[in-house]
Amino acid sequence: MKEAEAGTGGESKEAPPERAKRKRRRLKVAHPERCIGCLSCMFACSRINAGRASLDRSAIRVKTQGGLEGDFAVVICRACKDPPCVAACPRGALEKRGDGRVVFKKDLCDGCGACADACLIRAISMDAEGKAIKCKHCGACVAFCPHGVLEMEEVEE
Amino acid sequence: MLRRVLYIDLDKKESFVEDRGDLFEEWLGGTGVATQLLLEECPQGTDPLSPEAPIIFGIGPLTALFPAMTKTVATFKSPLNGELGESYAGGRLAMSMRFAGHEAIVIRGAADRPCYISIRDGEVKIKDARSIWGIPATVVGYILRDVEKGVGRRSIIRIGPGGEQLVKYAGVVVDTYRHFGRLGLGAVFGSKNLKAMVVSGTEDVEVPDPKRYREIYNQLYRTVVKTDAMEKYHDIGTPININVLNQLKGLPTRNFQDSSFEAAEKISGEVLADNYLFRRVSCAHCPIGCIHIGMLKTSFSRHHEYEIRKISYDFELIYALGSNLGVTSPEGILELIEACERQGIDAISTGVVLAWATEALERGLITTEDTLGLALKWDDVEGYLKAIDEIVKKKNEFYSALAEGVEVASEKYGGREFAMALGGNEVPGYHTGPASIVGLTVGVRHSHLDNAGYGIDQKAAKKSLSPEEMVDAIIQEDDARGVYNSLIGCLFARGVYSTENIIEALGSVGIERSVEDLEILGRKIFEEKYRFKVREGFDLKKARIPARFYETVSTVGMVDPETVETMMKIYRERRGWA
Repeated sequence: MKEAEAGTGGESKEAPPERAKRKRRRLKVAHPERCIGCLSCMFACSRINAGRASLDRSAIRVKTQGGLEGDFAVVICRACKDPPCVAACPRGALEKRGDGRVVFKKDLCDGCGACADACLIRAISMDAEGKAIKCKHCGACVAFCPHGVLEMEEVEE
Repeated sequence: MLRRVLYIDLDKKESFVEDRGDLFEEWLGGTGVATQLLLEECPQGTDPLSPEAPIIFGIGPLTALFPAMTKTVATFKSPLNGELGESYAGGRLAMSMRFAGHEAIVIRGAADRPCYISIRDGEVKIKDARSIWGIPATVVGYILRDVEKGVGRRSIIRIGPGGEQLVKYAGVVVDTYRHFGRLGLGAVFGSKNLKAMVVSGTEDVEVPDPKRYREIYNQLYRTVVKTDAMEKYHDIGTPININVLNQLKGLPTRNFQDSSFEAAEKISGEVLADNYLFRRVSCAHCPIGCIHIGMLKTSFSRHHEYEIRKISYDFELIYALGSNLGVTSPEGILELIEACERQGIDAISTGVVLAWATEALERGLITTEDTLGLALKWDDVEGYLKAIDEIVKKKNEFYSALAEGVEVASEKYGGREFAMALGGNEVPGYHTGPASIVGLTVGVRHSHLDNAGYGIDQKAAKKSLSPEEMVDAIIQEDDARGVYNSLIGCLFARGVYSTENIIEALGSVGIERSVEDLEILGRKIFEEKYRFKVREGFDLKKARIPARFYETVSTVGMVDPETVETMMKIYRERRGWA
């Protein structure tokens, strides 16, 4: 089994300003065919970012296609260069920073769902309180994937 | 934190939710609670296949919160042995129940026509299943996936024709590859006209102290994936035991006439992993991925046209439908496993019943008139495939008897000495010695998973153990597993969840228990299960032990009936039943 460095994910921190020029990192589904459908990534995301056990509060999703006999599909935010979710948000809750990262300001979100609709791959969903669930590319899920399906990669701008 | 019980009445077509915090406080969850609900719901002496017999499902306080806490327990009155029916399944059911917010589900009554139950959070519907009655368990999954919501987070459990026809060892298939296999829950579903149950939900589980929860989680997750505590389940999987037990003379072969199989290597876990395994999948929230799926590719024309079947395999299935039937090819075993999956019948019981029938025919207790012309012979895969169909169809008196289990069949046709059941349940794949025999006889559900007597024998093979030491080890496991099965963890991860780790995990979700609390609870749960067993007529003193166990060499040499008798006596004394 590929060893996962469990517990090193942690909550993402804002990058210090002097490192802002460093290339941004994003989540990547490197080996989707290695997925065993354990959902550990989804539980890691909600546990670490929302402090509870939940599938619905996870920003990463493992879909079954035709039950457990079929292949799994891992749905993640692609960290688009020109993110339609940012353009769609009427409240400025999603903001693209200079380094290309998209930051979600939860208190500005009014739950209209325009961001979720704008994302064709359905990487954004709404939580039970009506706020958007947006991946922040923190890598928590990567640390808890037992099969090396997920990786972090640097983005070539 | 756990409290909600969903009651569904199939007679009245209604349901309600009740707060049963009292039960969860005292009995923790899982099997502790499900045993109490069974005692409450099942009137004494009830016919297991009557509307009065309930079905109960339960999950526990660690469900969906920690790795490998993946099991759901079902309790019912067993149609196979007439006493405690208890069975566990993985898959996604436990998680789905948790997120639907139902910590236990009680099903009462019977529907007047085929139905299935659809549960989405608090919404419960009893729907018409006439159009899917008679359809194989495998196919029902595809159909309900299309008509029901909750993709990716739901669980679909269903029966096949075996359950509909009330085969006494029919099981319930959970999410295609897992099962409530043993003791006949499928027949209980069938008797209620209940084809399936679909569960999904969108709730979360909040924890009182997320930071502490994350710390304990990290520690347990690391143990699961980074140590070799669970490696054997991950790599070759349970079938690694085929070669191991074969070398130890503990692998039941041709109905326990031998304890090693000349073709073991050919059907070993290693060969299956190298040549047939094509993927592994997991139960929800378990990083191990122990579900081994083999690909069976068979040609159906000369023009390179193939049938592809994806079949999950495990040790017990390879024993029951392989070595115990003298089957020498992995393809043959996979085909037989698939037949059981389609019909929705328990593979262990099916294998043991067919092995008894083969030997009974050999010895002239039955004739080919009884078998409707089938000359059942060891390694005759085609014959066994036909026999499985005839059993489910209850084609004649003989096959109807086979559908009742080996106990009933041998009462009728003879061959009691080689009818391999203990406590009325067909035995699993271990001829390791006296601890396995005693463990299966005394175990609450007469399963190798009650107390793992086979493991005690294997220890005894290395360093001799006295009857007292073996009995004490059985009792310790009996009781400890009552607690673990209340959480509910997968037994493959029992090495990870030491008592200390269980206490930590419970503490991190706000349930404080001491070592002593858990010890007392384990014993009480065991006693409550026996309360049900005895109430329904189980008498340990009258337990039948087939003579075959004493005729075939085991891992610890020939087993002496006196050793088993002595251990049974010590067991009763230690339990205070002398």
